Amino acid sequence: MTKIKLAVAAGSYCGGCDMSIIDLNELLIPIDEVIELQYWQLAADFKIKDVKALKDNEIDITLYHGPIRTSEHAELAHLFRKKSKVLIAYGACSCFGGIPQLANPFTASELLDETYVHGYNMDDSGPNHMRTSSEYKKGRKMTLPKLLDSCLPLSSEVDVDYYVPGCPPVRDQWLVLIDIITNFIKNGELPPKGTVVAGDKARCEECGREKPDEIVINKFLRPYEINPDPEKCLLAQGLICMGPATRAGCGNQCTGDANMPCRGCFGPAPEVDEPGLKMLSAIASIAGAKKEGELGEEGLKKLMDQVVDPFGTFYRFAVPQILMHIKQKKAKEEKSDSVK
Amino acid sequence: MSKILNPEPKVIAFLCKWCSSNAADLAGVTRMKYPDNVITIETPCSGRVDPNYVFDSLTEGADGVIVAGCHPGDCHYVVGNYKTLKRMLLVKELARQLGIEEERILLEWISSAEAKKYVTVMKDFIEKLKRLPPNPLKPHGLISEVKH
Repeated sequence: MTKIKLAVAAGSYCGGCDMSIIDLNELLIPIDEVIELQYWQLAADFKIKDVKALKDNEIDITLYHGPIRTSEHAELAHLFRKKSKVLIAYGACSCFGGIPQLANPFTASELLDETYVHGYNMDDSGPNHMRTSSEYKKGRKMTLPKLLDSCLPLSSEVDVDYYVPGCPPVRDQWLVLIDIITNFIKNGELPPKGTVVAGDKARCEECGREKPDEIVINKFLRPYEINPDPEKCLLAQGLICMGPATRAGCGNQCTGDANMPCRGCFGPAPEVDEPGLKMLSAIASIAGAKKEGELGEEGLKKLMDQVVDPFGTFYRFAVPQILMHIKQKKAKEEKSDSVK
Repeated sequence: MSKILNPEPKVIAFLCKWCSSNAADLAGVTRMKYPDNVITIETPCSGRVDPNYVFDSLTEGADGVIVAGCHPGDCHYVVGNYKTLKRMLLVKELARQLGIEEERILLEWISSAEAKKYVTVMKDFIEKLKRLPPNPLKPHGLISEVKH
């Protein structure tokens, strides 16, 4: 049997997605028999120049994890798109932006200043002691990848064939992925482009917790303020659980044994385009429901003030559409400026 | 007075069918004058205004968005305007976090008799928007192409 060529490439990643592959344990044995690794920083000693030496479309499947944070990540994304037949966005970061996208409201220089100039433990010698520019000394040039002003998902840079959401993806998704891979080897068939390897329902449908007929939140709580009842719906207990707007398929990890509200790492549920705003709308509807007249405008303001950090709560894993547009437009303008 | 940065702001106004929309009609019938930078959209209730509409308007290049509904307690559907109030509080906070000026989003209560209030609200809002920089997404959105 001919082996298929697989590469695992990475953007601005934490390593969790790599570990999720290693964690497959005995599942890796049948995978190992049918694949030939072409690139994987964590597991094999391949260099980028080895990938560059390959012919176009020579790699069969590339798993790309992590968002596009620096110019190097964008370059890698284009390289692997060119060299591979199928490009899979693996993990919440490369699907929707993930945790690193929370830095999107700030520009690159603001981020660097915050960390390296005004940062805790930095001395007072001023901004000059830190080289935050990507080029140092003309003549003796030392270049680092440029930190971009945006942190966007893989699809903002290149064409993506399949999405495997999750932070990190779970074993059940790999069973589907292995099916896809074996089917590809045997019959050369692939599922339609844009397939999301995860459940096709909302997260709440899978959750075993007891849900009341009508959910009302009279006081918003954050996870540290309460030890939730493991049998009852978390929204009904006052915690903001992203379940209603999130895709199923994660195997009930957070809301099950961990007894924590869903954070939305599986991305939008099918047919939902702006999960954050939909969830924001839903949360606002059930807050203080039926008591609105009693509470009045002031009371409702106080109640909504208890929702701390709407961006981090409703958009923890996905870049808001409007921010995506703003960032992409800025990048385009910068590019056209540099051409002039 | 601060400088005028955006002489012709474009505004999308979502007006409740039962009150604010009637106020707009009344303002027209009584020949009150207000700037023509406003594009009005009638909605069944202010509670029908999805936060997505607000952000979509901004994405398409609107400089400001007004959501107008009945006074609290007067909603035709009992609690529609309370729902909008709660949503808009969160929407404004979210906009602020995303780096969009929260002054661009306005929620007002305008009953069907308050044509005068409707006109002053529009005038004031547009005056305020003139002093903000244009929407960064402006030259490319759909709304920029609308001509009066």
